[in-house]
Amino acid sequence: QDELMLVEYFRDQMKKDPDMASAVAAIRTLLEFLKRDKGETILGLRESLTSATDCLTGVDSSVAVSSGGELFLRFISLTSLEHQDLSRCKKVMEERGELFLEKISMSRTKVAKLCHTFIKDGAKILTHSYSRVVLRVLEKAAAEKKRFSVYVTESQPDAAGQHMAEALRKLNVPVTVVLDAAVGYVLEKVDLVIVGAEGVVESGGIINKIGTYQMALCSKAHNKPFYVVAESFKFVRLYPLNQQDVPDKFKYKADTLKTAKNLSEEHPIIDYTPPSLITLLFTDLGVLTPSAVSDELIKLYL
Amino acid sequence: MADSGVIDGPGRKDEIERAKSEGKDLTKEEKQRLRKEKKQQKKIKEKKDDKASQENEKEKKPVTSAAPASQPPTQPTVQKAPSAVPATAPVSVPASEASVPADKPTKTKAELKAERRARQEAERASKQTKKGETGQQAATSKPKAPPSDLQPVVKRLPEHIQVDNPDVLKKLAKKLERQQTPEHYAAKKIPLRSDYGYKVSLFSHLHQYSRKAPLTQQLSIPSTVIHPAIVRLGLQYSHGIVAGSNARSVALLHAFKQVIRDYTTPQNEELSRDLVNKLKPYISFLNQCRPLSASMGNAIKYIKKEISNIPSNCKEDEAKNKLLNCIESYINEKIILAGVAIAKCAIEKQKISDGDVILVYGCSSLVNHILCKAFEKNRKFRVIVVDSRPRLEGKEALRRLVQKGISCTYVLISAVSYILPEVSKVFLGAHALLANGYVMSRVGTSQIALVAKAFNVPVLVCCETYKFCDRVQTDSFVSNELDDPDDLIVTRKGTTPLEGWENESSLGLLNLVYDVTPPDFVDLVITELGMIPCTSVPVVLRVKNVDQ
Repeated sequence: QDELMLVEYFRDQMKKDPDMASAVAAIRTLLEFLKRDKGETILGLRESLTSATDCLTGVDSSVAVSSGGELFLRFISLTSLEHQDLSRCKKVMEERGELFLEKISMSRTKVAKLCHTFIKDGAKILTHSYSRVVLRVLEKAAAEKKRFSVYVTESQPDAAGQHMAEALRKLNVPVTVVLDAAVGYVLEKVDLVIVGAEGVVESGGIINKIGTYQMALCSKAHNKPFYVVAESFKFVRLYPLNQQDVPDKFKYKADTLKTAKNLSEEHPIIDYTPPSLITLLFTDLGVLTPSAVSDELIKLYL
Repeated sequence: MADSGVIDGPGRKDEIERAKSEGKDLTKEEKQRLRKEKKQQKKIKEKKDDKASQENEKEKKPVTSAAPASQPPTQPTVQKAPSAVPATAPVSVPASEASVPADKPTKTKAELKAERRARQEAERASKQTKKGETGQQAATSKPKAPPSDLQPVVKRLPEHIQVDNPDVLKKLAKKLERQQTPEHYAAKKIPLRSDYGYKVSLFSHLHQYSRKAPLTQQLSIPSTVIHPAIVRLGLQYSHGIVAGSNARSVALLHAFKQVIRDYTTPQNEELSRDLVNKLKPYISFLNQCRPLSASMGNAIKYIKKEISNIPSNCKEDEAKNKLLNCIESYINEKIILAGVAIAKCAIEKQKISDGDVILVYGCSSLVNHILCKAFEKNRKFRVIVVDSRPRLEGKEALRRLVQKGISCTYVLISAVSYILPEVSKVFLGAHALLANGYVMSRVGTSQIALVAKAFNVPVLVCCETYKFCDRVQTDSFVSNELDDPDDLIVTRKGTTPLEGWENESSLGLLNLVYDVTPPDFVDLVITELGMIPCTSVPVVLRVKNVDQ
């Protein structure tokens, strides 16, 4: 019963603001859950929050939802909970939760502020699929009166690239949609590659829409800089060694996981890009090299 | 001469007392004189007990005292390590020089004055170089630093990588002599182990000992300077009976526990200071038997810190119990439990999955432990053990894994590029992790990591955090260990091709023990703190230092 309410609330949040990251919606849901929770112990509270996160991952299997949930839990409990009264403790946790939410809603703006300076006048940018963070960065760059043109990959199977092209046309940015297979062909024309990320892993690599790994490999071969823009709540405690090492629950959509009989016949929707192919990561914690991601993770999680 | 020295002494002493009482700082000269006088008096006491053996040494000392006197000012600027040698070297110089006049009453006053002046000059020069180092260290600096601090900082190389420098060897010999109990002088010193065989020129700055001449043969029986547990340990190290960094550290800590149990504080001494001094000759002895590993170095640092933190009002039994408990908990936490945590991390995070083909090199206790635990958790995998001469440690790993029931393949390192296409993961153990992310491990490891990288096979290094060390190294030449070159000689089909290798002037046998792997070849390091990339080792070191 509780679970259904949770899922309802989550879907409501997603519908209300389509521009919001799914992780932010998940965190809003978790905060609401915390407010309504009638538990008697802190430990019980933590367990119910963890199970709530798992439940939400069952709805939307992106990496960011699970990482956002874990970070939320960690952030609110990273304070002294030595009060005698449970309701006082809960109040403290709720306040921290609100603070966390506020911080992460500012994160996209921070990232955009850091990244737009790397886009020079007259630049040709290549990007992959639909990413709201990349969109925000390009908005900021356009607002700074920079002239640039964008190539977007179509990004099958859901043709999200077309969606991105639409949004860019509204900003009056010259945009071209290319086939996924044409990345190698188009790379000699572009100056830099910017992609978003669904999750940033401990090694400094990223998990993103399928096709990102190919794009990173090609840009390395062409010696073009490969930039990643991601908010800090997407940092996740995974350490994949290769594509096969990414857990199945992230690779496929949540509905596919529930209904598919043989997962090996399904197409994965994400892939893993190792840190050696990434030049820089722009996050709200600053501009990081891939090896610095681990330092930040240690600070966040330990 | 001894008399005149003493007569002059009190006169100067009065001046110094006056200066002290007037609240003025003692000048450098006065401080030097005070120190020299104290040393003279101590030496006089010792001379009174045992003069015979002294004659021989005094013969050598005037020669050596003249040479080192001119050495300190001309010493080249080199890196100083946190070893006691550079600090004791300039101090041992005045000690030897101070004892010279005590034995030669026939020298004239003018000669003695000239000698004293020469000594003071030498000391001043050596003090200047030492001042540069202490200024750099910021450990114990005098409140009003003399202007010599502004001179360029003189750094010193650690002595164990300066074997081809004869002055460093002499200083080491003197240092070993000094490390003994003050009651008896002769025949109680720690012997200096001599090098053996022709050394390849690239590595001539390292020690190369022969296993057929263990250090224990040069010790007298019974040796009351070195505890028998330590003698046994040293022999076990030099013969390779105890090998592997975890095994060596644990054996060292157990031997130290025995030493602490048998220790009694002498009168008028504090346990916290005296015990540390007692341990110093043991450590020099063990270092000569086999150079200390980074893990042993960290363990020793921990013990010394614990000992010096014992409060002075603590009773002896209490203090000893406390120390024994500290050592027990160190072994338990940093080695045993860390191993368990690493195995858990590796298995739970799916680093060993069904159908894996895992390559291991040599015999690492930690890697064997991880594989055995994974097999117990019913993961289906097979192992390829890679081995190399002359140690052939892979055979031991093979034995342990096959005993558990894991299916294994055994190859020599020359076949590694043939077998790598079959491999899905490479698990390596480490001897130490350096502060710049380089992995120091058994020789051959960097070769395997290189070939694995070329085949795009992920390389995982498993290492407990107590093996992380503050050193920085980018190549395997600077600091390494040379094993007995005779190990490379092998008899096949009745012939021994390398039999008379010492007689060939242009032939050198090189038996390296360690090599250094750059962090680009390593994908993941599993520690008890979690999985970190190789470049995050300095972060862990920083966090550890903050904790302490």
